[in-house]
Amino acid sequence: MTTSSITISDPAALVFGIASKPVKCGFELTIGGGEVYPEVNFTLPPLKISEELWPTVLTHYRTIGSEVLRRALALQVPGIVLEFELLPAMTERPEWGAEITSILHEQMEASWQKSGLHSALRVTPTDIREQGKPPALRESDPARRLLRSFQLNAAAGAHILSVESIGGKEIHDQALMYGDVRGVVFALGVLAPRDMAWLWDQITAICRSHGSLVAGGDSACAFANTAMQLAHQHLLPEVLAAVVRAMGAARSLVAFEHGAVGPSKDCAYEGPVLKVITGCPISMEGKSAACAHFSPVGNIAAAMCDLWSNESVQNIRLLSGNAPEVFTEVLAYDCRLMNEAAKRGGAVTLRNWMVASDEWLSPQAAVLSPDATIEIAKAIVGASGDYSRTVAAGRVALKILRGGLSDKRLHLNKKECQWLDRIEREFDALPVDEWTLLDEMRETYSDLFDARSYGLAARKCSG
Amino acid sequence: MADLKQLYDAILNGDHKTAVAVTKQALSDGTAPMELITKYMSPAMDEVGRRFECEEYFVPELLLSGRAMKGALELLQPLLVASGAAPAGRVVIGTVKGDLHDIGKNLVASMLEGAGFEVRDLGADVSPERFVTAVREHKPDLVCLSALLTVTMPAMRDVVDALKAAGLRDRVRVLVGGAPVTSEFANEIGADAYAENAGVAVTFARRLTR
Repeated sequence: MTTSSITISDPAALVFGIASKPVKCGFELTIGGGEVYPEVNFTLPPLKISEELWPTVLTHYRTIGSEVLRRALALQVPGIVLEFELLPAMTERPEWGAEITSILHEQMEASWQKSGLHSALRVTPTDIREQGKPPALRESDPARRLLRSFQLNAAAGAHILSVESIGGKEIHDQALMYGDVRGVVFALGVLAPRDMAWLWDQITAICRSHGSLVAGGDSACAFANTAMQLAHQHLLPEVLAAVVRAMGAARSLVAFEHGAVGPSKDCAYEGPVLKVITGCPISMEGKSAACAHFSPVGNIAAAMCDLWSNESVQNIRLLSGNAPEVFTEVLAYDCRLMNEAAKRGGAVTLRNWMVASDEWLSPQAAVLSPDATIEIAKAIVGASGDYSRTVAAGRVALKILRGGLSDKRLHLNKKECQWLDRIEREFDALPVDEWTLLDEMRETYSDLFDARSYGLAARKCSG
Repeated sequence: MADLKQLYDAILNGDHKTAVAVTKQALSDGTAPMELITKYMSPAMDEVGRRFECEEYFVPELLLSGRAMKGALELLQPLLVASGAAPAGRVVIGTVKGDLHDIGKNLVASMLEGAGFEVRDLGADVSPERFVTAVREHKPDLVCLSALLTVTMPAMRDVVDALKAAGLRDRVRVLVGGAPVTSEFANEIGADAYAENAGVAVTFARRLTR
């Protein structure tokens, strides 16, 4: 299904906690139905995952689950999502991941039965297919293990399945580092959508076969968050990271066009654009994910969220408890404030403060305001085909940044301005159709990607 | 006659095509390869490094300059080998076992190449045994280990231990990096140094081989 219209066109209707198409899942949790819930994420401290240490690994997850739920109950949260993001070894050996899913599910079920805590368990296998040069994304042992991981975790009690898929990353990494906008567009607009369509058809089929299991969504993490982190280190221009974010929205939309219903992944900062287009609930992360990484969008990211996440934190001891439990509290208070504002009719006011506090301090925040996301969303659905959508989203991002510059709300140094011009020149020089770009990229990046991984002919196409 | 200032400018501006063309012309004019390197190419890369350090250049500019430098160097390589000249140093690099994240590692590898090092990139998810084999085979001055996950940090220790067990640890320096890695961790596992970013990794490599 190709989306050709947007669901939310009025910026006043684009606010945290409310999605046009709420999702009911897990232990009677409705996401996007009027309240924002914490989505707590966690990982292990430095610890080797091995057969010998597997009991220790399980103990960590048992501890995390019980402590997070305990703190959630203490704070009387109206609902909570736990995300179990598998580590690579847990996807390589799918039974391992499923064992932890089962433990967390049991703990959440007990909290529901005993205390009435509404909750849902999101499970996100690691996309381990990026192995080998070029990676074989469809016909390989890692691809088979990944799909088996979805199946086993579905059977073990996941309520929401998600992934941060990596199709196109093998080109995108290189293109990003060399500032090759054509390569970036090719990765995001030609390769990634094909891989996502293939992958998400299978994920949604698994969800359908398990009744109430929900196909959450994908994230441009491997693309746009990589750019964001490199920009943070002053290794890449911020304007490029902002444009990549906008283009990443066209890519992440493909999951929804192949059966995902939300909530989309927390690290998909492009989520608001997805919400505008699909009406599905989104998870976001920002200031309360500083435990995991820097972002210049700490407040604005919360403005339109339906789940509010901490991204990831190691299970290490802090003064008030272990870190996942501590961050449950941080998120719970963030959500409590948003929900109270909504109850008093002040949701849009609080949202506007969140937006205004970040919007023009970074190009990456400037493309995430309600107005900007609606504009990007309109450009995406107004274009035909993934390639054109990707370019359209990128062009609108440029327009938004130029608008901010011209009315002096956005301040960029000379170097960033030069990159704005450079990106625009590269957009202008892009071929009209993706097949011409494909032929060109086969020459430029021939050793990095295998066309068969994307369902493309092994040799040159003429259209 | 080639205008050799163009070679300097081409490398500074990341213009691979011009760098190669001017180098070809210079060689056919009879200019000595070492003169091209010492008077034009190295100074250009030094200026690139300076601009990067003071944030006048982003990574793309840096890498494009490195690519232009490499293109020109490839033309000189046979002549340099014949004259007995050696690269700035040899490096084996990889992301450790269990970890698939490689953009940081790729960045370090590209920057080291741009700085004139001969780099063997083993990729991601590299076992200690593969590091040992690569050290035996390529005899590097430096082994660079990358990890992004807390749970793959212990694999860095495995590599250091494997090098010790193979009797190779004294022959190479080990540099570690990645988001969760710290200087304390580097000390704890017996690495020689920790680099918080790619620029520091190159600085360390240069210091090591001087």
